[in-house]
Amino acid sequence: VSALLPLPVLLPMLGAALSIVGSRSAALQRVVGVTVLAAVAVLAGMLLVAADEHGPIVAELGGWPAPVGIALVADRLSALLLLVSTLVTLAVLVYAIDQRIADYGRATASTTFHPMYLMLCAGVSLAYLTGDLFTLFVAFELMLTASYVLITRRTGANRIRAGMTYVTVSLLSSLLFLTAVAMVYAATGTVNLADLAGRVGELPPGLQTVLAMMLLVVFGIKAAIVPLHFWLPDSYPNAPGPVAALFAGLLTKVSFYALLRTQTLVFPREGPWTLMLVLSVATMLVGVLGALAQNDLNRMLSFLLVSHIGFLLYGLAVFDAAGVSGAALYAAHHITVLATLFLVSGLITRRTGTVALDRMGGLLRDAPGLAILFAVPAMTLAGVPPTAGFVAKLALLQAGAGSGAAAQAVAGVVVVASLLTLYALVRVWVRVFWGEPQPPVPDTDPADEVLVGTARSSVPMYAATAGLVAVSLAIAAFAGPLAAMTERAGVDLLDREPYRVAVLGDGS
Amino acid sequence: VTTLNLVMAATVGVLYGTGFTLLLSRSLMRVLIGVVVLGHGTNLLLQLAGGPPGRAPILDVAPRETFTDPLPQALALTAIVITFALTTFLLALGYRSFVLVGHDEVQDDVEDRRIARQKAPSAPLEDDGEAEDDPLERAADEVEAEARGDAS
Repeated sequence: VSALLPLPVLLPMLGAALSIVGSRSAALQRVVGVTVLAAVAVLAGMLLVAADEHGPIVAELGGWPAPVGIALVADRLSALLLLVSTLVTLAVLVYAIDQRIADYGRATASTTFHPMYLMLCAGVSLAYLTGDLFTLFVAFELMLTASYVLITRRTGANRIRAGMTYVTVSLLSSLLFLTAVAMVYAATGTVNLADLAGRVGELPPGLQTVLAMMLLVVFGIKAAIVPLHFWLPDSYPNAPGPVAALFAGLLTKVSFYALLRTQTLVFPREGPWTLMLVLSVATMLVGVLGALAQNDLNRMLSFLLVSHIGFLLYGLAVFDAAGVSGAALYAAHHITVLATLFLVSGLITRRTGTVALDRMGGLLRDAPGLAILFAVPAMTLAGVPPTAGFVAKLALLQAGAGSGAAAQAVAGVVVVASLLTLYALVRVWVRVFWGEPQPPVPDTDPADEVLVGTARSSVPMYAATAGLVAVSLAIAAFAGPLAAMTERAGVDLLDREPYRVAVLGDGS
Repeated sequence: VTTLNLVMAATVGVLYGTGFTLLLSRSLMRVLIGVVVLGHGTNLLLQLAGGPPGRAPILDVAPRETFTDPLPQALALTAIVITFALTTFLLALGYRSFVLVGHDEVQDDVEDRRIARQKAPSAPLEDDGEAEDDPLERAADEVEAEARGDAS
């Protein structure tokens, strides 16, 4: 099985190369994109089954053994997130393709969209699978560089500003990441995560804290942890619908995965992590209160995205097997539900021609299907039983209840933030779907990527969105086995030994 | 324990300071130069992470004890390539901004301006002297008009 491990990275890269070569044929690009991502999804499923049965799978690139060479590692956590992410990228790609077909007709090929999309997927796969801090940096660069192109391509003047903020902030965090890598190497002489797990423990406590905090800031910027979140609600809403869905679903969660992996593997601690509890409370509350103040549908969703990063942080802050397992389950749910909501928002905007909530209304009568597509992920995000969000939040709350007074107090904030999320989404429902129907607003910028203010949209766009809703429902339906597996993943993460033994061998 | 070369440490510090200061400016060209300078600082830091310099790490040419640590050099090489790619991308973005907006300054957020104006509706518009030519101003006006249209 370990021979399959590089494929989730290599296939999208080869696909991207093929799409550049064949950039004159739209049909070729579409077939390549969908085939590659479907293949990666199957591979991720196989890796997940194998990792769950036999423990972490390791592939050594170039045949160099682990501390010197680069190791790829798939354990339960990374394989699960890889599978969920790939399903999301596949659905978003189908949506994006059909939007292009509906908008431009069948003949138009794009030289940049498909290659960059596949490169982003390659970066995401590499970030999940790498067992090496520097390769993690390369994976982030791969992913972010592709995202820079996707967020700035074919934009009008009023969108390029948002792209600049995004690019500048991401560049800064990348350079800080590189600085952190240099410091980790200077202190320990290795960048292999499994090797670091042993060596960082021997450093003086002050130095350990410096390294842990540097990585926390780096991933904090990328994962939009309050107070480092300011760039996100500013840039995501300005991206075209499917691109915003892709970013919202994946980028912040990949960063959270990197945070979870480095903190649990390299910097273990006993008991709840107070700093992370504080950050989690701030992220949950600032995000959801920001969402309540918005009139722009996409900005509101971006703030909710920030808010729900706080739920993930809560799982990490509890820092026991139950908490980490809850965070893993929540991440899987969060990836699907946020991507779905942004896709639905794209469909709503397409019909109404605006993202301003106070200029929409009465869509329930015009588009009942859209109302269902919005209602299900909205309830999932708010955590209404019996959805996946409820299952994931329950796992987090159970973890928090079993661990100290501070964590229990924050569990109260989790509940409050969930209720406020529900309120924010009900507000959208009332504004958008109830009330008097309003005429669609004409497209203000016809030159850009997306056409809005039209009732014309293709069935596959709805099908792709519905597919993601189905994935989310599947998470709820198979909550039992899934929670049992993330439980095993959480135990492995905190135990650290299975990962180290798998990468370095028994003798270490 | 290896001691750090003070000159090199000071150089890294100056590069970081200059880079961060330039990153804080509004002009995208300065941001670009800031990224380049900061990238140089980081690459130098990566080099220093490998310890004191020594002979080229080629087997059978020099004894192993005198080798320079080759790994940070490999890492720095990768990082230089990445920084180079990002520099070209930023250049392209700055040029696009120049073509579309007429200058390469990073603008205020449209939504922020709307909120700022809602607080003080009578206050004069705080613009950069070219409100009529600026598509961003127009976009802000449209958003505001939307908000007003609903209130009435």
